[in-house]
Amino acid sequence: MTKILTVAEFHGSVGKPALEALSEARRLADAVHGAVATVVIGHAVGDAGSTLAKYGVDEVYVLDHVELANYNLASYASAVTAAFKASGAELVFVPATTHGRELAAYVASMLDCGYASDVTALFWANGRLEAVRPMYSGKVNGRVAFAGTPGVVSLRPNMFALGEAVDGRTPSVHALTFELPASAARCRLVETKAPQKSTVELTEARVIVSGGRGLKGPEHFGIIEELAGVLGAAVGATRMVVDLGWKDHSMQVGQTGKIVNPELYIAVGISGAIQHLVGMQTSKVIVAINKDPEAPIFKVANYGIVGDAFEVVPAVTAALREALAPAGV
Amino acid sequence: MNIIVCVKQVPDTEARIKCKDGANGIVRDGIKLCMSPYDEFALEAALRLKEQHGGTVTVLAVGPDRAKEVLKTGLAVGADKAVLVSDASLAGTDGRGVAVTLAAALKKLPHDLVLFGKKAVGVDRGQVGPQVAHRLDLPFVSQAGELAHENGAMRVVREIEGGQEHFEVALPAMLSVDKTANELRKASLKGIMGAKSKPIQAWSLSDLGLSAADVAPRLQVVHTEHPPQRGAGRIIDGEAVAAARELVRLLREEAKVI
Ligand SMILES: Cc1cc2nc3c(=O)[nH]c(=O)nc-3n(C[C@H](O)[C@H](O)[C@H](O)COP(=O)(O)OP(=O)(O)OC[C@H]3O[C@@H](n4cnc5c(N)ncnc54)[C@H](O)[C@@H]3O)c2cc1C
Ligand SMILES: Nc1ncnc2c1ncn2[C@@H]1O[C@H](COP(=O)(O)O)[C@@H](O)[C@H]1O
Repeated sequence: MTKILTVAEFHGSVGKPALEALSEARRLADAVHGAVATVVIGHAVGDAGSTLAKYGVDEVYVLDHVELANYNLASYASAVTAAFKASGAELVFVPATTHGRELAAYVASMLDCGYASDVTALFWANGRLEAVRPMYSGKVNGRVAFAGTPGVVSLRPNMFALGEAVDGRTPSVHALTFELPASAARCRLVETKAPQKSTVELTEARVIVSGGRGLKGPEHFGIIEELAGVLGAAVGATRMVVDLGWKDHSMQVGQTGKIVNPELYIAVGISGAIQHLVGMQTSKVIVAINKDPEAPIFKVANYGIVGDAFEVVPAVTAALREALAPAGV
Repeated sequence: MNIIVCVKQVPDTEARIKCKDGANGIVRDGIKLCMSPYDEFALEAALRLKEQHGGTVTVLAVGPDRAKEVLKTGLAVGADKAVLVSDASLAGTDGRGVAVTLAAALKKLPHDLVLFGKKAVGVDRGQVGPQVAHRLDLPFVSQAGELAHENGAMRVVREIEGGQEHFEVALPAMLSVDKTANELRKASLKGIMGAKSKPIQAWSLSDLGLSAADVAPRLQVVHTEHPPQRGAGRIIDGEAVAAARELVRLLREEAKVI
């Protein structure tokens, strides 16, 4: 029987990308009457298993240790391989977050097996698992397959739908012991700057509003932030804006920034250079607001408004406020 | 400090990439090649560390003969040594195979710090750095945005989803480098001339004690195609307020995304 092991880091809760990986594993396993196991790694993980149960896990392997409270590549990788051995899984699914990407590669090396990174689709074909990996910054889709078992996959966040949460499932729970690898001490996480509560993470956002050089200066990003506020959206930027020092690199979308795939991407004052497009062209719906009708961004936009951002954006914000206001108020 | 930077030759990011007709892979003819952009950031970081703390910088590549071009670029901007691992058996290998090869080469090259790019543009894997680190049992942090050498350790800052992590990593160590504040310097004429006289060390797999079986791919690309093109959509005409209203209506009723 095919068994898929998914990886869930626990830092107070299990993140959405890990639940997406679990949901996708469940869908794939169901198609072949297989099973899904999840390894929870962290400290004081409490009943993380009940969240995972809602998304359809059959077996939960818990690595709960004070040394696992903070992320550490060598120890987390040892934890994953311990669960891999205990579960008898053939495939390992890891969310392709910053931690997950290095962890998945490292685990694949420990298992000395193939690794399909940052995949955007998974399916059974010819009796085996195949994956789609965007290559050449999304200019090409490569379909890849493992030459044997096991195999490790990292799944791009926001690409795989969360399963419907269902109550009443009771997975088996197995606590595993953990031996700290000697090498763990050579790499210490000394400080974590937590995300600001108010900001929505770009790679997980459902809606993104991004600004480009067309905004003329950092002081004008207010119109972008206001629009984002009404939509509950994350704010992005082009490299130009980052290189000019208007915004932090953590906000950059594109080839040398973040690859995002929200349901709605609104590009304001952005020309649409190829290096920007490759970071956002898998968005479901793209809106472009630009005063130049020839701007390449219009070639990929579902809806475009040719006009001055300083007139159009506040008008869109106002129209949204009106449309989204609760009826009768 | 002896620093080694692993550099890969890749298609220029502006290049138009075409899939082969009816076959697997992309058309390579006529594509401009360059050093992968993140490897450039890694190389610049290495050159700056050398300027501050002394030591040597070596550039190391796995690839066909033409990959010497990126090694020459490395030498021209100030690397001291260059090594190319080339072998017909490497043609169809995967990320694991490259990691196996680099790990074997690094065993023959003394190093305190090994730098990688966060991913090689093109294959976009982010696989090789962590796997070499595992094979040589060295500490590793990916996606370093800032890196400094202090008291025998590296201090590294990286972005994570919505936040930041600060690491202290004991040397010898390996890091992969994200876009940093410092772009790769331009080669001077003197540098370019000087690079011509610096030799490029060439190794085959057997020089590293490896065979074709050691680098046989565990992951195979079975098909390549272009993703469906996004067609241009609709331009909403009219003055700002009316166009904005219409946009909001379309997003709700037609696209159903808000
Ligand atoms: C190796 C490499 C990697 C790169 N990586 C990235 C990356 O990750 N992300 C990225 O974004 N770029 C990247 N770039 C840069 C990219 O090539 C472009 O330079 C950049 O995306 C342009 O940013 P922009 O659209 O903000 O600016 P511009 O190209 O200057 O466009 C500004 C736009 O604003 C419009 N405009 C001006 N005034 C107004 C107004 N009042 N109202 C409405 N519209 C207005 C203009 O018509 C224009 O289209 C990379 C480049 C290279 C070489
Ligand atoms: N063929 C290669 N030769 C030298 N270094 C490589 C090679 N392939 C990958 N690397 C290094 O590993 C990094 C990550 O590559 P990848 O895992 O292929 O995305 C690159 O940025 C390089 O530093």
